Amino acid sequence: MSWTKKHLLDIESLSAGEIVTVLDTARAFKAVGKRAIKKVPALRGKTVVNLFVEPSTRTRISFELAEQRLSADIVNFSAEASSFKKGETLKDTARNLEALNADFIVIRHSASGAPHFLSRVINASVINAGDGAHEHPTQALLDAFTIREKKGKLAGLNVTILGDVLYSRVARSNIWALTKLGANVTLCGPSTLVPKTFERMGCRVTYDVDAAIRDADVINLLRIQHERQRKTMFPSIGEYTSLFGLNKARLAKIKPDALIMHPGPINRGVEIDSEIADSHRSVILEQVTNGLAVRMAVLFLVNGGKGAKEIAG
Amino acid sequence: MPESTVILDAPAIQRALKRIAHEIVERNLNSADVVLIGIPKGGDHLARQLAGFLSEIWKSPVPVGVLDVSMHRDDLDHRAAPDILPTVIPFDVTGKTVVLVDDVLFSGRTTRAAMDALNDFGRPKKIQLAVLIDRGHRELPIKADFVGKNVPTAPDEKIHVRVSEDIQKSEVVLERK
Repeated sequence: MSWTKKHLLDIESLSAGEIVTVLDTARAFKAVGKRAIKKVPALRGKTVVNLFVEPSTRTRISFELAEQRLSADIVNFSAEASSFKKGETLKDTARNLEALNADFIVIRHSASGAPHFLSRVINASVINAGDGAHEHPTQALLDAFTIREKKGKLAGLNVTILGDVLYSRVARSNIWALTKLGANVTLCGPSTLVPKTFERMGCRVTYDVDAAIRDADVINLLRIQHERQRKTMFPSIGEYTSLFGLNKARLAKIKPDALIMHPGPINRGVEIDSEIADSHRSVILEQVTNGLAVRMAVLFLVNGGKGAKEIAG
Repeated sequence: MPESTVILDAPAIQRALKRIAHEIVERNLNSADVVLIGIPKGGDHLARQLAGFLSEIWKSPVPVGVLDVSMHRDDLDHRAAPDILPTVIPFDVTGKTVVLVDDVLFSGRTTRAAMDALNDFGRPKKIQLAVLIDRGHRELPIKADFVGKNVPTAPDEKIHVRVSEDIQKSEVVLERK
């Protein structure tokens, strides 16, 4: 047992042991999802606020369902329908939510570091559901879970992350998680979106897509984040697709047992061919299933890590 | 320096389990209704050994499951999150007589959590409780149907039940402060 944290803010500050604890716990919660009764009382009476200041569909739904399956009470709070529009600060919003005795705040925010800030000003547990281009820890955990489940291990595997790395919090969290667990990470994409500085995080950076995918055991495709790019970082979508998109010609060159992953939402015909996204090699929908289990595990562990003293069973 | 006493050695554990098996047979006339579910860690190994003795007596296999109760515990707010071990119940419990098997009965809270957890899998006709050690100090109105050994203890004493697949290495140790 190695989980003592009250918050889940990023992968960077987790140890390999803590990541493995989440993955092991998630395995048990995945089994709960297969039962006739998919709900357990672990967070009964607890209140979770889903504070989604930046729009999200799949992550929010996944968290919501995870919370419901743990028997928590839920408040959903989205930017469009809230007092952010009236100019309330994040701190004031959070304090108000805390005044309602929220036990957990799941936050998605366009500003990097917003969850860290929140964790310093309130008593509730904070879970980062994506902050700017910084981190998306539960996505990295569900990706690691999916790879471990399919390949039986992570250490020594070649994982290629292909696409918009610069603006991707998914990429950053994945790089931290995978390198901590001993995988070899290769980054590939347009040079404007994959700066060489990522080598400092322990990755290989290449702009040759064929070299990047040839030996890959896992290919994780990232969406082009139009919303985060202040200016166009490559000439055209068509050029991106022909240079970096995963198409049938490239598929023929990869390892026959390579996994194809994507955090969603996918741009069919841009970063991935439609047929490949639907093929047996793609584990995109399994990632969604595993995301639910991983988020249940995170909530369960963070609840236990709130600093309460250990008592004898 | 804590003082340790072996209160059951490997042969004594085997004798206790055999006696419990005979008591289960005496209590349950219809062998086809009985399934065993062990609570890890400890209870799962004991359940498998108990199932071995039962199937010798009944001349038919007795189904064995493993039930982790972590998600149903009532002390989740007061401790670090527990390790969750796999739950494997490869049969339908509805209409069955489920014998829950645990190593030590103490506060009774684990048993309560187990009964709650079991409800998520179906509706057993009966639930019975078999434990290797009953050490007293109940905090809930729960009583074992089958007990290997009653061991009066002080609340600050510890009972270590070391059971594994290797029967010869099993023992129960009482540790005094």
